[in-house]
Amino acid sequence: MKKSHILAIVVIAAAIGIIIATAGDASTYVNFSQAYEMASTGNNTSIHVVGQLKKDPSGHVIGVKNSSDNLSFSFLLVDDKGEEQKVFYNEPMPPDFTRSENVVVIGGFQENNFVANKILLKCPSKYQEQSVNAGI
Amino acid sequence: MIHYFVGDLGHLFVIVSFVTSLVAAFAYWKARTITDVGVKQAWINNARIAFYAHTFAVIGVFVALFYIIYNHYFEYHYAYSHSSRHLPAHYMVSCFWEGQEGSFLLWIFWQALIGVVIIHTQKKWEAPVMVVFALVQAFLASMILGIVIPFADLKIGSSPFILLRDALNDPIFKIQPNFIPADGSGLNPLLQNYWMVIHPPTLFLGFALTIVPFAFCIAGLWERKYSEWIKPALPWTLLGGAILGLGILMGGYWAYETLNFGGYWNWDPVENAVYVPWLILIASIHTMIVYKNNQTALKTSIILVISVFILILYSTFLTRSGILGDASVHSFTDLGLSGQLLIYLLFFTIAAVVLAIVRWKEIPSSEKEVSIYSREFWIFLGATTLCLMGFQVIIPTSIPVYNSIVGLFGGTSNLAPPADQVAFYSKFQLWFGVAIALLSGTAQFFWYKRIDKSKLKKELLPTVLISLVVFALIISIAGISIPSYLVLTLAGVYIIVSNLKVLWSVFKIKPSLSGGALAHIGIGIALIGIMFSAGYSSVVSLNNTGMLISTELSTEFNRDNLLLFINEPRSMAGYDIEFLGERFEAKNKSGYVKKNDVLLTPDPYQVVAKQDIFYKDKMLYAKKDTFEIYPENTYYEIELRKGDEVEAVLYPRVQINEAMGGFIASPDINRGAVRDLYTHVSAPMNREAEVEWSDLEEVKVKPGEQFFVNDYVAVLEDVKRIDEIQGVTLRADDVAVQANVSVKGERDTYYADPIFLIKDKTQVGRISSEINDLGVKITLLNIHPETNEFTLGLNARQKDWVIIKALEKPFINLLWLGTGILIIGFSIAMVRRFKTA
Repeated sequence: MKKSHILAIVVIAAAIGIIIATAGDASTYVNFSQAYEMASTGNNTSIHVVGQLKKDPSGHVIGVKNSSDNLSFSFLLVDDKGEEQKVFYNEPMPPDFTRSENVVVIGGFQENNFVANKILLKCPSKYQEQSVNAGI
Repeated sequence: MIHYFVGDLGHLFVIVSFVTSLVAAFAYWKARTITDVGVKQAWINNARIAFYAHTFAVIGVFVALFYIIYNHYFEYHYAYSHSSRHLPAHYMVSCFWEGQEGSFLLWIFWQALIGVVIIHTQKKWEAPVMVVFALVQAFLASMILGIVIPFADLKIGSSPFILLRDALNDPIFKIQPNFIPADGSGLNPLLQNYWMVIHPPTLFLGFALTIVPFAFCIAGLWERKYSEWIKPALPWTLLGGAILGLGILMGGYWAYETLNFGGYWNWDPVENAVYVPWLILIASIHTMIVYKNNQTALKTSIILVISVFILILYSTFLTRSGILGDASVHSFTDLGLSGQLLIYLLFFTIAAVVLAIVRWKEIPSSEKEVSIYSREFWIFLGATTLCLMGFQVIIPTSIPVYNSIVGLFGGTSNLAPPADQVAFYSKFQLWFGVAIALLSGTAQFFWYKRIDKSKLKKELLPTVLISLVVFALIISIAGISIPSYLVLTLAGVYIIVSNLKVLWSVFKIKPSLSGGALAHIGIGIALIGIMFSAGYSSVVSLNNTGMLISTELSTEFNRDNLLLFINEPRSMAGYDIEFLGERFEAKNKSGYVKKNDVLLTPDPYQVVAKQDIFYKDKMLYAKKDTFEIYPENTYYEIELRKGDEVEAVLYPRVQINEAMGGFIASPDINRGAVRDLYTHVSAPMNREAEVEWSDLEEVKVKPGEQFFVNDYVAVLEDVKRIDEIQGVTLRADDVAVQANVSVKGERDTYYADPIFLIKDKTQVGRISSEINDLGVKITLLNIHPETNEFTLGLNARQKDWVIIKALEKPFINLLWLGTGILIIGFSIAMVRRFKTA
C-alpha cells in the first residue's frame, strides 16, 4: 500500500472520530421535565433549557431571590411547555438580568432543583432600538 | 430639517457600485473569451473603467456615511443607532462597523483596493481574476443595496442610508413625520476601545485578502494554467495569513481587555468562524510551498484554497444570518439577509466545485512517492493536521445549522453545542497543537538537504537533548504537573529549539529566508504562553471554604466572587484585597477622581471639585474647578497587596447604559513580566434601589466638638452663612447657613456640608449631605444661637460594597510575544515571495 493511501485512511478515521466525539459531547435543548427525567435516571450531562422569567399579570418579573451575601441567586424560569422551575446560579445576579426576555440555562438537576453552570441572556432590544427616545 | 441630499447621494453611490461591478464582471468575461487582441484590449479598457468607477462609488458611499455620522444627522437610522453627540471623534470610526452594513462596506472597500492593485500588477491574469473579483463585489454590494423589487415584494440588501422614520415603527413619526431625535442612542460602550478602532479593519482586510488566492486558483482552472497560478497567489496568501492572524489576535486582545469572561478566547461560534478559515489558509500556504519545491500537492492546494474562501463565506453566513441564535452569547441583529447570504455562499461554492470537477482529470499530478526523509512529507502531514484541527472546530460550531436543516425537512433536532465549550475544544485542540509542534519541529531537519536514516539520528540528537534540558528547567521552576500540559510544553520547547537551529544556519546564509523558522518559533512560544495563561489561570478571589447557596440545596459550592465592603481588606490566595471606593475618570486629564470629592452639576458631563483633587500625588484640579467627566462610567478602586507591598491598584469599570441593556463591566489588568492580575466587577451596588437608612439620631454640638457617626469620629469644624446655593443667589431676606463637618474614615478624611435655610422668614429648608463611602448622611436640624450649639441629624446605612472577581494569569505575555514573532515571520516570508513573484 502506498503511503498516501495509509495517510488517507488515517485522516478519514480521525475525521470520523471527531464527528463521533462531537456527537457524544454535544448537549441538547430540552424542557424541565425531560431534564428531570434525565437526572433521575442518573444521566448527569449538562443540558440547555430555554425559557422565560416568571412574570406577574402586570408584567413584573417575580421569584428572583438574591442570597444574603449577594454572591448567588435563584429565579423562576418557565420553559416552552409552560412548566415552572426554580433555578439556582452560583454567581452574582447580572444587573440586567430581569430585563432579559429569553434566558438559556445550562446545567442540570440536583435534588429537585435546577443548578445552572452558565446562563445566557437574550435581550433582543439590546442592540436594536424598537422605538425612539423622544425625550432627549 | 432632514438632510435628504447626502443620504440620497450615498444610496446612489451604492447602486452605482452594484451596477458597475456587474458591468466590470461582464466586460472582463468578454475580454477573457475573445481572442482578437484589439477587441480584447477594448473590453479590458471598458472593464477597467467600470471597476474604477466601482471603486470611486465605494469610496463615495464611505464618505457619505461618515459625513452623516460625523455631523450627527440623527434622522438617519445608522447615525441614530450607532452614534451620539458625546462620542469622541476617534470612536466615530468605530460606529461604521458596529452595524452590519458598515462592516460589509469595509469588506467591499478593501476588496476594491486590492482589485486595483491586481489590475496594475497582474496584466497577464487580469481578465479571469477580475471576473471573480467583480462578481464577489457585486454580491457584497447587493447586501447594502436596500432596494425593493416592486412586484415581487422582494427586499434586496439593507441600506445604511435608511431614514429613522422608515426603519422604526414609532408612533411619533405619525404625528410628526419630520421629527429628528436630539441625540443618538450611542455606540456600544464595549466598542469604545482603541482595539475596536483597528481590529475590524484588520480582520476585514484579512477577509478581503482571501479572495486573491481564490481568484487566481479559479483563473488557473479556467485558463487551464493549472500550476502557474500558484506563483502570483502565494505572496498574497502569506499576506492574508499574516493580516487575518493579526486581526484574530487583536480581537482576542480586545476581548481580554474589555469583556469579562476572563480570557482572550472563549470558543464562541463567532471566534471559531474566523479561526477555522485561518487554519486552512495556513495549511494552503504549506501545500503551495510544497508544490513550488517538489511539484506535488497541487490538487490539495487547489482544494484548500477554494475551501478557505468558501469557509470565509460560510463564517459570514453563520455570524450574520442569525442562525446561531441561542448558541452564542453574542447578539446578532438579523437584517433579513439570510436568503441573500445563502445564495452568495452557494453560488461560489457550486461554481468553484463544478469548475474543479470539470477540470480535475486535466490537473497534473505527480505519481512519485514522497519519501519519509523529505521535507515535503512532513509539511504535508502538518497541513493535514491543520485541516483536521479546523474540522474539529467547525463540526460542533455548525450544530445550529444541522438543527435548521433537519427543521427544513420537517424534523426536529434539539442538538445543542457542548455545555462547556472551553473544556470541550481545549481537550482536542491541545493535542492538535502538540502534533503541529512535533511535525513542524521535525520538518525543519529536512530544510535544506535530504537526510537519510543514519544522518537523521545525528542531527536529531542534540536538538532533542537541548529541548529536554530546557523542558526540565521550565517544569522545575514553574511546577507543571498535569500530563497533557507537560506534553504540550515539551512539544513547544522542541519546535522552538529545532527552529532556532534552522534560524541560526539560515540567517548566516541568507536572512531573507528566515521567515519560516521565525514563524514556527512564534508558534512554539505562543503554545507555551497559552498553556500557562489558560491552564494555570487561578482565581485570586476564590473562596474555597465551600458554602451552601441555599438551604434547599445540600451541595456546597466554591465561590469565585468576593464581596468587598469599602475599606475592609479581605485575605484571599495570598493577597489582601481592599475596595477603596468609586471613581470617575477625568475627561481631559489622565487620572481617576473620587466621587466624594466632586459635586454634580445639572450637566451630567460636568462636575465641580469639592477640594483639591490628587491622583498619584499629582494635583489634577484645585478646589472649585469645574471639569468634565464621563458620567456613565464608574471605576472601582481595588488594591491588591502582598504583605505590606502594594502589588497593584486596579480600576475595573462598570458602565450604566440603558440603551445597551443596563450594565456592562470591563476588567482592569495589571500587567507584569511574569503574570497579569485581572479584576472585574461582578455586581455593583444598585444606587437606584431604595436605600435603607437607620433611624435619625440627633446630636447637639458646638463648633470644634467631636461626636460619633456610624462609628467614625466626626468634628463640627465650623458653621457659616452663605449667599448662594448651587449657583442660585439667595434673596436678601433669606438666611442660609452651612455646617462643615469632617469625618475621619479608615483612610481619608471626608467632609459633609449640610445646609439650613430659612426662606421668606418662615419656611425652613434642610439640605442634608451624604458621604457615600462611609454610608453616612448628616442634616443640620437646628441652630441654637443662644448657646452657640447646633443640632445635627445623623443617619447611617450599610457601607458601600462591590462584588469582584480577580484572576492571576501567568506568562500571558508569552502568547502576545509568540504571536508577534509569528506575524514578523510571515512578513519576512511574504516580502521574499513578492520579490520573486
